[in-house]
Amino acid sequence: MLRLENVRKRYKTGDEALKGVTLEIPDGQVIALIGPSGAGKSTLIRCVNRLVEPTDGKIYLADTELTTLPPGALRKARRRMGMIFQEYALVERLTVMENVMSGRLGYVGFWQSWFRKFPKEDVREAYRLLDRVGLMPMADKRADELSGGQRQRVGICRALIQNPDLLLVDEPTASLDPKTSRQIMRLINELCAERGLAAIINIHDVLLAQMYSQRVVGLKLGEIVYDGPPDGLTPDVLTEIYGEEDWEATIEKVDEEENGDTNGTQNAEAVS
Amino acid sequence: MPMIEKADGPVWKRRKSATQWLIWFGWLIALSIAAYAWKLISDKTIWMFVVDAPRQMMDAATRMVPPKWSYIDELWGPIWETINIATIGSIIAMIIAIPVAFAAAHNTTPHKLVRAFALLIIVATRSINSLVWALLLVVIVGPGAFAGTLAIGIRSIGGCAKLLYEGIEEINHNQVEAIRATGASPAQEMIYGILPQVMPTFAGVAVFRWDVNIRGSTILGIVGAGGIGVQLNSSINTIAWTQVSMILLVILVTVILSEWVSAKVRHAII
Repeated sequence: MLRLENVRKRYKTGDEALKGVTLEIPDGQVIALIGPSGAGKSTLIRCVNRLVEPTDGKIYLADTELTTLPPGALRKARRRMGMIFQEYALVERLTVMENVMSGRLGYVGFWQSWFRKFPKEDVREAYRLLDRVGLMPMADKRADELSGGQRQRVGICRALIQNPDLLLVDEPTASLDPKTSRQIMRLINELCAERGLAAIINIHDVLLAQMYSQRVVGLKLGEIVYDGPPDGLTPDVLTEIYGEEDWEATIEKVDEEENGDTNGTQNAEAVS
Repeated sequence: MPMIEKADGPVWKRRKSATQWLIWFGWLIALSIAAYAWKLISDKTIWMFVVDAPRQMMDAATRMVPPKWSYIDELWGPIWETINIATIGSIIAMIIAIPVAFAAAHNTTPHKLVRAFALLIIVATRSINSLVWALLLVVIVGPGAFAGTLAIGIRSIGGCAKLLYEGIEEINHNQVEAIRATGASPAQEMIYGILPQVMPTFAGVAVFRWDVNIRGSTILGIVGAGGIGVQLNSSINTIAWTQVSMILLVILVTVILSEWVSAKVRHAII
């Protein structure tokens, strides 16, 4: 379980990205964090694993208070939080396998990682994951040879091999086409269900947020303005989060998508 | 901005009138300075020598041809030494330049003061010509290739480290962040997040510097720091012009070869 208590972040420039966010995410729940650009979505999830240091507030992962951890303990805590990035953030010049194995860096020593001597079980798990996302044939390709969708799958493997309790997902589909976006979101969803993972998914696509989450949190100018079920996103709520716009079309489309999606096949995603 | 409304519609110009005048004025000043400098130089030139120059050049050229081909037998050793000075010097330079570069790059430096010190090393080693370093080192470690190697090595630290740290500063920070997010230690961040990104730059800088140093080390012999320059110096001193032309030819071929090698290597890396 993840619990944020009154988390604030003020950048050196004076911008207040988070104005006291309190949020509780039970084990195994996938939440979508929506909101306009600059609402503080990225800052929020980066505060959780302290890629960004929160200015104030407390963050608990299970019973561990994260904001005050010293460097060593913080690294240990980070192993329990897998992160997936907007532009994949794979190390381009390393192979797919090296990128996946880098998810184990928190568990191995320096020289082990230097000589790529990872424990046998880790290597097996890496192959299992690559197989699961349909990238087995790509294992020894360099990351920059892959397509966007394939890279994001590698990113997912890197996060999962950490064996985390929680996934922090930052705009996973922002650089992907609509079809690949859906496949990636479905994959993240399925994997969370398989492993009982909680996840915070930052996403600016309201449609995808509604389709692939159990709960939606709307962030606006660093404050939570909506927290509820996906189908609670009425035009009024969307106007509250994003501002005045004609939302009817967006909402109708979701209904169609959801109906159509139930007969969609899962096999389709192993392609592309 | 510079849109002027006229009776027959708007007129667009690239710049405002004031800016345009300023640019013209700038050119005027620059040209005036050039003309004045030309006059100063001209006043201090003994034109008789200049008039004589083509004849002197032809004279020197005729004395240089044909090159003394047999002299090559005595040059194999020195040219090998020259290449060694450049190669080992470059290796020494890279070994020292890499940590200096990490200390000098904004995104990897441990502290502001460390960065300032690293920048000082870069400026200090770069600003002194390798011939001057060689002169000093010949006094300290005695004449010969060792002094030359050290001179090339020291002079190259700054040049390499500057290019390296600029390369380090250009890396994609997201990749480093992603490695950090896995719970990696700073050292692991370095070898997984940063090193793969800067390796091509490092290799490119190394061959580029080696290429530069081949040229640089041909001259070191003038001050007694080994290499083919020793022969060049003594040939010039004994006015053995056919030997001089032979040496210049050997240097030319060596430099062409080194350029070819470094071009190939750089191509292979990218």
